[in-house]
Amino acid sequence: MPNAKLMQGNEACTLGALAAGLKFYAGYPITPSTEIAEMCAEELPKIGGKFIQMEDEIGSIAAIIGASLTGRKSMTATSGPGFSLMQELVGYSSITEVPIVIINVQRVGPSTGMPTSLAQGDVMQARWGTHGDHPVVVLAPGNVKECFELTVKAFNIAEEYRVPVIVLTDEVIGHMREKVVLPDQRQIVVSNRAAPSTPAGYLPYKADQDGGVPLMAPFGAGYRWHVTGLSHDETGFPTNKGEVAGNLITRLMRKVEKAEPIIRDYATEATDDCDVLVVAFGSSAMSATSAVRQARAKGVKAGLFRPKTIWPFPEEPLKEIASRAKRVIVPEMNLGQLVLEIERLVAGKAPVERLGKVNCELFRPEEILAAIMGGSK
Amino acid sequence: MRTEFRLSGSGGQGLLLAGIVLAEAAILEDKFAVQTQSYGPEARGGSSKAEVVVSEEDIDYPKATDPDYLLALTADSYRTYGKLQGKGLIIVDSSVQLDPEIKARTTAVPILETASVGLGRKVVANIVALGVLGGISGVVKAETLEAAVLNRVPKGTEELNIKALRAGLELAAKAKKA
Repeated sequence: MPNAKLMQGNEACTLGALAAGLKFYAGYPITPSTEIAEMCAEELPKIGGKFIQMEDEIGSIAAIIGASLTGRKSMTATSGPGFSLMQELVGYSSITEVPIVIINVQRVGPSTGMPTSLAQGDVMQARWGTHGDHPVVVLAPGNVKECFELTVKAFNIAEEYRVPVIVLTDEVIGHMREKVVLPDQRQIVVSNRAAPSTPAGYLPYKADQDGGVPLMAPFGAGYRWHVTGLSHDETGFPTNKGEVAGNLITRLMRKVEKAEPIIRDYATEATDDCDVLVVAFGSSAMSATSAVRQARAKGVKAGLFRPKTIWPFPEEPLKEIASRAKRVIVPEMNLGQLVLEIERLVAGKAPVERLGKVNCELFRPEEILAAIMGGSK
Repeated sequence: MRTEFRLSGSGGQGLLLAGIVLAEAAILEDKFAVQTQSYGPEARGGSSKAEVVVSEEDIDYPKATDPDYLLALTADSYRTYGKLQGKGLIIVDSSVQLDPEIKARTTAVPILETASVGLGRKVVANIVALGVLGGISGVVKAETLEAAVLNRVPKGTEELNIKALRAGLELAAKAKKA
């Protein structure tokens, strides 16, 4: 097989970032994400990029927002405790519309928790961790190859929609190594933010009210514009007018809503005729895939829906598949987060069963198989 | 068909690297391979476990479910994982006192002694262990293991590591005869 390589999830995320055009990394090392920082420290200087180890995670996200303002594609990587510290500036990236990518390799929480152990407890934090209505996109790789693919996609979404994009992996996906064949660089589609053609009359936040994305001028290229976390009008200067602030928030949120059918990404297995639908993401989905295959081998019509975009959630495809299911099971390495979204979407049309686990060990396939075989409780 | 390996011992023994090389050897033979790990927050001395799954087909679940081979280099890892061992074989270092409560098929192999006394370098115990696992399981050919070892080990240590691998393969041949 050409170029088949044993590759770690964190390594694949880093290679994906580099393939997408990463030029600046700032971060504070934290298990289980540290390999990403290590590899960026090695690789970025070779291509004229920069790596900075910052004093903490607040400084790290601040640095990548600053670097991105100058036109450099920028990223940081972290885990729960660091992700918590970054939240204020996730909001800053959202309202200033400065594209950034954050890789959050989830571990057990809350607080310091267990640094080397598996959890998927940051689903809701990734969506709502910072205050106020704000746009954000969250992608969840289900294997090492997808760590590469979805990190490329994360940069493209960040660039096209000027939003913070979070790649939500976990300790198992981040640390596991598997056989991967990466695509040729020439086959990789890379997006870049749209820039204005002249400083004359440039209004940094002028955009179609219906989810439009303003043109972004790089700092240091002859454009003068004001960047603030305060609510602002199309000049970028602060406003105290409620209507202007409301229009801004509405446009920001509409960007992602409008993008959802375009960026939506998911995988299915055996869902055409399934009675029991399992919805799982990330490492839990590996166990769920095995469980669904074993259930099929026993003659039970089980299927799997595996979202790769989890925020915004691929609503219509799930609703369509779930409408034919008699039961829906949601295994996740937390005590019930993604399941809340699934319950909202299934809207009582089928019972939605929660299968939460927080003992740090990846679901064994037979645990999910037992739920599939168990019938409605 | 899946072949599952669990390599257990103490942090710093290099079992993770042994697992990686085993998985890379499988890939060199066009097989599928996944390697996972679990370890404590300590860099050295804590418990350490690496798992490798090798299959002719795409691998969905990445962890060992019922390991075909459990390698245990310490008494702690032998007791912890030996009790969980089902149909598969336990390969335990000869320095470890066997526990009659652990019923799975067991073979004791002098891995640590071969490294420290036979080869004079304790640090190559992981590559000796790799030879033992590769030889007993037959999951990859000996020459593929050699190629995989050479791809991974630091320059200047090739000869020592190949010696260690071959010593492991010999231990495996003896263990199979016994």
